[in-house]
Amino acid sequence: MTLTLIIIAMAIVTYLPRMLPVFIMDRLHFPGWVSKWLKAIPYAALGALIVPGIFTVEPGAPVVGVIGGLVAAVIAYFRGHIMIVIVAAIVTAFLIQRF
Amino acid sequence: MREQQLEAANTSTYAEDYWEGLKMAVPVILGYLPIAISFGVLAVQTGISFFHAVLMSLTVYAGASQFMALNMLVIGTVGLEIVLATFILNLRHFVMSISLFSHLQHVPKRWKALIAQGITDESFALASLKRKELGTYPSAAIYLGIFSGAFGMWVIGTAIGALIGNVVPVALSDSMGIALYALFIGLLVPAVRAYWKIGIIAAGSAGLSWIFSIYLSEGWAIVLATVFGSLIGVWVLEGDEE
Repeated sequence: MTLTLIIIAMAIVTYLPRMLPVFIMDRLHFPGWVSKWLKAIPYAALGALIVPGIFTVEPGAPVVGVIGGLVAAVIAYFRGHIMIVIVAAIVTAFLIQRF
Repeated sequence: MREQQLEAANTSTYAEDYWEGLKMAVPVILGYLPIAISFGVLAVQTGISFFHAVLMSLTVYAGASQFMALNMLVIGTVGLEIVLATFILNLRHFVMSISLFSHLQHVPKRWKALIAQGITDESFALASLKRKELGTYPSAAIYLGIFSGAFGMWVIGTAIGALIGNVVPVALSDSMGIALYALFIGLLVPAVRAYWKIGIIAAGSAGLSWIFSIYLSEGWAIVLATVFGSLIGVWVLEGDEE
């Protein structure tokens, strides 16, 4: 399989789950608990994406991802701009690997 | 009531709504820049051409699975496994899409089909967080603004990264893999700060994701942890005030 074909196939399987609800949930109304469930999904997804992925940022050295992530969390907590959060995490990970 | 809503909807043009959406998306647009550059740099250093790196960002447009695909290509995985892993990893967008479009019943399907391509963790989280500001019948143009802004920066950033990829020292590009997680943290922490119970949901699904990942592939672990972790919200979140 050439890389172009792989990418096109990736694009198709990525678009399908995004697009399907448009056509299958016409005039659908959810009970209260389902809307709470749907509301929680973005946060659950963020949590599930961060852990354990962040431990493998640097294979074999989970401390790099953990400290970089903590720096990001502290800056984000004190309302640092998202770009500063990201750049600071990259710089932190870079510095840890140097020393 | 219905007339008032229509009147309210007509006070701004589609162009104005589109700009409104673009402005709302600024945090994600700027947040995407270093990540997209990271992706472009890592792609080129992995041995992928400029064309393929940009094509992937243009058509797939899903950060986590694009980074995952790079990892799999590096270790020599065959194409089918990459496609399957991408599918499983991005199944979560199905649930996000249901959540998003449950508030957009009034928008024509052809517009929704276009908006759907813009659903990512970050743009979806942003659109969900801004839902109160968007009102009961938000215009499709606002969503197009939010989603196309993030998409545009993702593609531009990838191109920049792929262009400079060969001059970025490997020591630095090794550290760029953390960019994606820093963006997730940067989106999550302010939401937790605003409403602490969100932290329970995120921590719960993070724990589930960790446990699942011991027994399952990364893609399945994320999908299952998202589905079950978000169920915590049924108990901890307060009901809709509307």
